[in-house]
Amino acid sequence: MTGLSAIELEDVVKEYHSHGEVVQAVKGVTLDIAEGEFFSLLGPSGCGKTTTMRMIAGFEAPSKGLVRLHGQDVTNVPPNKRDVNMVFQSYALFPHMSVWDNVAFGLKQRKTPQEEIRRRVGEMLEIVDLAGRDKRMPRQMSGGQQQRVALARALVNRPRALLLDEPLGALDLKLRQAMQIELKRIQREVGITFVYVTHDQNEALTMSDRIAVMNDGLVEQLAGPREIYERPATPFVAGFIGTSNLLTGAATGGELKIGGGRVLVPGHDGDVTVTVRPEKITIGTEEPGPGRSAVRGTVAEVVYLGTYNSYAVSLADGAEITVFQQNVHDATATAERGDSVWLSWQAQHSYVIGS
Amino acid sequence: MRRLTPYLLALPSWMWLAIFLVVPMVAMASVSLQTGNAIDGYAMTFSFSNYGDAIGRYSTQLLRSLLYGGLATLAMLVIGYPVAYWIAFKGGTRKSMYLFLLLLPFFVSFVLRTISWNFLLSDNGILLGTLKGWGLLPADFHVLATTFAVIGGLTYNFLPFMILPIYVALERVDPRVVEAAQDLYATRAAAFRRVVLPLSLPGVFAGVLMTFVPATADPINAAILGGTSNTMIGNIIQTEYLTNLDYPTASALSFTLMAVLLVGIFVYARALGTENVLEAAAR
Ligand SMILES: Nc1ncnc2c1ncn2[C@@H]1O[C@H](COP(=O)(O)OP(=O)(O)OP(=O)(O)O)[C@@H](O)[C@H]1O
Ligand SMILES: [Mg+2]
Repeated sequence: MTGLSAIELEDVVKEYHSHGEVVQAVKGVTLDIAEGEFFSLLGPSGCGKTTTMRMIAGFEAPSKGLVRLHGQDVTNVPPNKRDVNMVFQSYALFPHMSVWDNVAFGLKQRKTPQEEIRRRVGEMLEIVDLAGRDKRMPRQMSGGQQQRVALARALVNRPRALLLDEPLGALDLKLRQAMQIELKRIQREVGITFVYVTHDQNEALTMSDRIAVMNDGLVEQLAGPREIYERPATPFVAGFIGTSNLLTGAATGGELKIGGGRVLVPGHDGDVTVTVRPEKITIGTEEPGPGRSAVRGTVAEVVYLGTYNSYAVSLADGAEITVFQQNVHDATATAERGDSVWLSWQAQHSYVIGS
Repeated sequence: MRRLTPYLLALPSWMWLAIFLVVPMVAMASVSLQTGNAIDGYAMTFSFSNYGDAIGRYSTQLLRSLLYGGLATLAMLVIGYPVAYWIAFKGGTRKSMYLFLLLLPFFVSFVLRTISWNFLLSDNGILLGTLKGWGLLPADFHVLATTFAVIGGLTYNFLPFMILPIYVALERVDPRVVEAAQDLYATRAAAFRRVVLPLSLPGVFAGVLMTFVPATADPINAAILGGTSNTMIGNIIQTEYLTNLDYPTASALSFTLMAVLLVGIFVYARALGTENVLEAAAR
């Protein structure tokens, strides 16, 4: 990361008018994406990811706000004059052109010399492992191969930023994971900015330098993967990223009384929402000593999940807490359904949302 | 048995084709080689010279038909493509309504529609009469009984058969693919030329076939709008059959027209490389 801005959105709003109604797809998004960064837009279906991306690419003009690419205002510049390329959710390969012609399209439009086109397209097909298939038509290729053609078609132009809209959405899990690694490798190799749209939190967490979590047309949190996971800024982020336990109540003296026990929230008083990740919680029958957050409950469900067990524990006041415990010893569960148990965790693992 | 089922199911169609296409064609082919006259009847004499005679006598009308048919097809393409494009890409939620409007005049019979043009364009009719009244046109200006009127009539009458197949082809073009072209530095014009146009060629091909053939063979427009100096081959065939009762000449002319059209289509398909085009658009 060089720290220079590649893409800036300034309070961007996009409204659609359909059937006399105004739909706000994006309600005011501000982003500053650095050059060379792997940046993800993460959020549930319909939250405005694609719309945001289309405004960066230039297919949609914002209703309000500014789009800047590498410091230049491009809000009203058409897509063919922007130095970014897009990999579409559905690939959008040219069905009447061979793989080679698909990849060469951008270079031809820019009147690149024949010799250079031949060299660069050849190199790019090597990189995406499609050399020797350049005469095939798109419909003669598998989903994964089409995906790589789409990637090559964009990358061969050496854009300063590449926009990828759920590029792995149509692939099966195995291929998806292989392509994630591949994409990361390519990004390191070519060193350009990637803006990556996904609704898969694992994908975003493993690949990104920074993530913008979007919900209902707004960015809820913009931070690195660890920060987003460990210190979610809003209950939505906590719930959307992984499994998370939410405990709410009024704290007094840095302690939240709940479920026959206490949650330590040093320095907080008044109404708080606390999250704690399921894998941070220890399950036991003895009451833990002071210095740890501890609550009492009854095991409602035990699910064996291979490398770990998942427990659902009901607290006295009705709240339910999920606990993951690694299967380190034998596969025997620590607690059975109906057991009365203590749950405890270190004070540092409670995170007060919004603090 | 199971393997025969598809063939059995197709049997009615085969019979239909045999009875209404093959049998009359064979009959016509045989008539085209007969000699005789309307009063004493015709007898088979294998006189291939019927063809030479017919073509020799009516070569002007034959060539004129191909010319008018060709010009009308060209006009339909020039008018129809933008219309199809507009409906497919800008029609929004009203596409079906626009298509319906396009077909609306065709609920009226072909002949009536053409006659109504006759009214519209007559020397002192609604249009020309008014314009002449205002002094915008000279008193002896006329449109009826001109080449222009015939080609105009053909263009008007067959236009939907050009628009519909092009519309269907354009409708199938994924707008994302057009955006991809623009994203890859193509201007709107270049995106059209390199992506939209090639993908719509199968529709253009079908549209040209569906209009050129009937327009070239059509007798009605020339009869109603063309006066005496724009006779087309369809009119000749009709007259020979119905008025002169010269069945061999009429049959020979029909077969000649068919042969010319088939050769034309074949050359055209080759030139356009239809197979590649169709295959590419099939996805
Ligand atoms: N052309 C349009 N006209 C009207 N509404 C639209 C249009 N495009 C998008 N929307 C609306 O804007 C909202 C955001 O859509 P968008 O495609 O950006 O979502 P997304 O986050 O990409 O979702 P997904 O994960 O399903 O692709 C949705 O509610 C959608 O219905
Ligand atoms: Mg989307």
